[in-house]
This record gives sequence, C-alpha cells and structure tokens, in this order.
Amino acid sequence: MKLTVMRMAAAAVLMAGLATGVAAQQKNVTIGVSIPAADHGWTAGVIYHAERTKALLEKAYPGLKVLVKTSPSGAAQANALEDLTQQKIDALVVLPFNSDELTGPVGEVKKKGTFVTVVDRGLKDASIQDVYVAGNNPEFGRVSGQYFKDNLKTGDIVVLRGIPTVIDSERVDNFEKAIAGSGIKVLDKQFANWSRDDAFKVMQDFLAKYKKIDAVWAADDDMAIGVLEAIRQAKRDDIKMVIGGAGMKDMVKRVIDGDKMVPVNVLYPPAMIATAIQVTVAHFYGGAPVRGTYLISSPLITQTNAKEYYFPDSPF
Amino acid sequence: MSEAIQEIKTARPAWRPDMRALSPFIALFALIVLGTLLNPDFLSLSNLTNVVTRSAFIAIIAVGATFVIASGGLDLSVGSMAAFVAGSMILVLNGMGAADGGTLAIGMLAALAISAVCGLANGLIVTVGRIEPFIVTLGTMGIFRALIIYLAAGGTLTLSNFQLRELYRPAYFGAVFGIPVPVLAFLAVAAIASVILYKTPFGRHVVAIGSNREVARYSGVPIWRVTALTYVIQGLCVGLAVLVYVPRLGSATPTTGLLWELQAITAVVIGGTPLRGGQGRIWGTIIGAIILEVVGNIMVLSNLVSEYLIGAVQGAIIIIAMLVQRSLQRER
Repeated sequence: MKLTVMRMAAAAVLMAGLATGVAAQQKNVTIGVSIPAADHGWTAGVIYHAERTKALLEKAYPGLKVLVKTSPSGAAQANALEDLTQQKIDALVVLPFNSDELTGPVGEVKKKGTFVTVVDRGLKDASIQDVYVAGNNPEFGRVSGQYFKDNLKTGDIVVLRGIPTVIDSERVDNFEKAIAGSGIKVLDKQFANWSRDDAFKVMQDFLAKYKKIDAVWAADDDMAIGVLEAIRQAKRDDIKMVIGGAGMKDMVKRVIDGDKMVPVNVLYPPAMIATAIQVTVAHFYGGAPVRGTYLISSPLITQTNAKEYYFPDSPF
Repeated sequence: MSEAIQEIKTARPAWRPDMRALSPFIALFALIVLGTLLNPDFLSLSNLTNVVTRSAFIAIIAVGATFVIASGGLDLSVGSMAAFVAGSMILVLNGMGAADGGTLAIGMLAALAISAVCGLANGLIVTVGRIEPFIVTLGTMGIFRALIIYLAAGGTLTLSNFQLRELYRPAYFGAVFGIPVPVLAFLAVAAIASVILYKTPFGRHVVAIGSNREVARYSGVPIWRVTALTYVIQGLCVGLAVLVYVPRLGSATPTTGLLWELQAITAVVIGGTPLRGGQGRIWGTIIGAIILEVVGNIMVLSNLVSEYLIGAVQGAIIIIAMLVQRSLQRER
C-alpha cells in the first residue's frame, strides 16, 4: 500500500512538473546521466529508456540538456563522472556499477553542489543522494511467490536462480517466504546465471531428474526462454506454467497473446531510469519538493495490464 | 621428418593398448558409473542423449582448439567469436527474410565464411605480427565480444521469421536413426579432423611445429602458413558449432559463448593433448568435452551438495579425473 502511495506521489510531482514546465521553459538546465554500458538485456533496456526519456523531455523543455553516458566498468564510470562534471551539470542521475567503487566518485560530484539522483543500486553513504529511485528485489520475489500460492495452490515446482548475488538471494528468500505454508514444494533450485543457455541445460536436467513437475519459477525472462525450449524438446505436459520476470518484450508479448504456459510476468523495469530522470527534471522545473526515496514496485503483469509494459522498440 | 613424429610412432606399439589414449575413455566410464550410482535416471536414454547433444558446441570448437594447441598456440577468442558469428548469421537470415532452404544455406555459408575470416585474422596477427597468441586472441576476444554487444545493442538477436526458425530447428533437435544431428555433426568433424591431423603432411607439420619450432623450421616446414591455417581451422570449427547452436534457442545474446574458450581448452587437455603442444588427440578431445558436460549433469541430478558448492565439486572432479589419467599412464 505504502508503495502505491509513493508511486502516486511521484506521478503527481511529474504532472506538476510537466504542467508548469511550459511557463518556465527558458530556464537552462544540464543533467548528466551515467549508466552501465549494455552488457545484457536489462542494461540495454536502461539505455533505451534513458535515450527515450531524454528525447521526450528535451522536447518538452527547450532549455534542458540531458547528457547520457555509458561506461563498461566501475572504474570507467568514475572517469565518466569526472567528464560529466567538467561539462557543468546541474544534476547527476547515476545507476552505479557497484556501491563500493562509486560511492566516493559520486560524493565528489555532490560536493560541487550538484543535485544527485541514484538509481537501483544504492551507495554506501545514503546522505550523498538527494533522490533515490530503486527497484524492489524482495518485492519481486514476494509477488512471484504470491502468484504461485494463489494460482497453483499445491504442487511440485523447480526454481532457477540467477548469478549468486544479493539481488538473487533477496528474490529467492522472499519467494520462499511467500509460498511458505501453502502446498507448494520446491523440489530443487539451481543457479543458471540469468542465461538462456544455462537455463536450458539446467531444465533438461530437472526434467530428467523429476518425473512430475507442476510449475517452474524461472525468475527471469532470459531463463524462462531456455526453460520453455527444454520443456518443448522433452514433450512433457505435466508442467502447467513457467513464470519469468523483469518484463522482457518477447515474454510480455506472450502474456498479451494469452499463452497458457506464460500466464503472467513480474516487472523489474529498466524504465526506472526514466522515472529517475523525470523526477530530477521536476526538481528544476516543477517547483515542488522531490527529495526522497522512490521504490518502484514489482507489479504482476497480467493479460489485462500487459500493454502498459510492452515496448516493442526496446532491445529488451 | 622430425624427431617428434618418430617419437609418436614409437609410442604406439601395435601389440599393447596405449594408456594415454585410453585414459580419457576410462575417466568417462568412471564418471558414468558414479552418475548411475548417484541417480539411476542418469543412465536413461533421454538424459544421456541430452548430455551428449549439449556437449556438441564445445566438442566441435575443441576439435579446432586441438589443432591450435598441438601446434603450440592458443586461441582465447573462440567463445566471443561464436557469439559474434551467431549474431551475424541471425542478422543475415533476418535480412533475407524468406523461409526456405536456400535462405538457410546462404545464412550457413555466411556463418562459415565469417568465422573463417575471424580465424584468419587471428592467424595472420600471430604469424605476420609475430605476437604471442595469448595476447592476440585475448585482444580479438574483446573485439568479437564488443561486436556482438554492438550488433545486439546489448539485448538479444532473435530469428524473427517463425517459419525459418521451425525449418532450422531440427538441426539441433532432430535425429537420424536415433542419433541427434549435433552428435552426428561432431562425429563427422572429428573424423575429418583426425584424417587431417594424422594422415596428411599438414597434420604432421602441425605436430612438428608444436614439438619443436626451430627443428621444424630447419626441416623445411612452412611455419607461418601452417600456423595461420590452424587458426583458420579453429575459426571454421567455431562456425560449424554455431550452425548447431543457433537452431537451439534461435538467438544470440552478449552472454552467448561466455567462457567457452576455457571449456574448449579444458576439453583438449582432459583429452590428453598437452597444453605445450607437440601432440594432438582428436578423439580424446571429444571425450574431454563430453566429460565436462557429464560432470555438470551429475551435479544437478544428484542431491549431493548445495547449489552454492557445485562449482567446487566440478573443479575437484576434473582434477581427480586428470590424476587418475596420470596414474594410468605411469603404469605403462
């Protein structure tokens, strides 16, 4: 509930920003956006949404300049931050490569009086940021688990994990908490590194190991694609559904089309970068307070609302 | 002829089993026994078929790596090259748009041509540029990986034509007389490769260079040409692997082929080819690739260890398998 309220507050701020923007359009503001280079689908989505938002906002506010810079590593991102500072940015929107390496460099930017918005991966020192926009990994696991509990009710499932990280643990722990007490039993869980190929292999092995599997929590859309291919090859019809997550366009399309095997998806939107940029812009043009933490929830994408999350032009 | 070749010939008396050549097979047999003990389902036909089919990519690439390593070289770029070639092939197929055999054939030829050129580039930089192959292929590894990321804009390249995808699908999922197509593919590649390595002057030159470069040079072996050709063969093998990889999931991503170079090198070494070169064992390499895949399969099928420790056990099994091989060889 709290999350919904926050989202509504964010939306209100944005609306205010857009409404008053027309009147204040002569104001010159430069915003630097520093994000990781595309090394997998999700980060590619981040870049797509950053560019898309840049185009939208620069059109709405003629005085606004948004500089988007991608970096292939933490060290490169630290350098990119220095370059951006040289260009006299009024605000920085940063999705840090990792918290440890980037806390110092972002702190340096802050010292110059720059407005700082941090996205997704929090810094070690939270006092640096003016705005924090974050996805909600525990929620991602909980929503997925809740769906299994409500719809499968009882049965045997297998779980594919990503790369062993805090993100993965938070998702899986909360998934297991959410299904606790129901008749759902996790037969097995294995790491498949958020990769299609690894998920295909692991699923083949699961299918060899267990004669009856009722459903699969693939926890990620890339992994879900590998899983579906393995099931198709084995010609097994005991599996009722495969739930992925993150909101990849191919999988959202399957939800829209009413694919029985893929009834829903759980969002972990790369578009959160767009939210962050818009909130930052609202700080300069909106005249309303924006400082604070914005938690982007991980809603269930169903056939009813899937269109809202479908971006056919995005690489992700 | 150089000493190295005589050494190989004398090391293979006809009346006695060659333990060096046999030991990978024995290690594989031991793993199969272990797998069966841990979970009887391991021995099911469908599981074994899956595992051997899955090993096809690494097996085919590792056959090429056997040539490079036997000649004393190393190619770290194969994983990235596989991803780049797969991505390029998908783009070519998508670009033509049609869904018939001809389109597919052109796409496959394009993949082989691109991979041969990539291999040639490696070979020429190593020979003409006189740079250590480790550094050259480390560089091209980065280049090929960046190119696939660029082509895919960081996302996924997918075969867009559904009919074409279905037409191509049997290249991974199909079977001839019950033998999966990828298995036939790597058997054919290995058969051709062993003829080239064991029965042609070129093959003997490869081994001679790996055994002693200077002696080979004085014996009149065209070092540059042979060395460059081993990288072209490696490239072609990557291309062939891609031909059976693309029909599986119909897509290439920036994570395609990640760490395949290490798996291929491991398969070659498990198969009995020394990393310093001077010998090549094609069939051992094939067994090495299957062993790698079997180890992973046993780990998932058994409930032996938590998912966090699988990597450690895999590493231990590979080392133990190598130790068993060594002890077998000492008994000769």
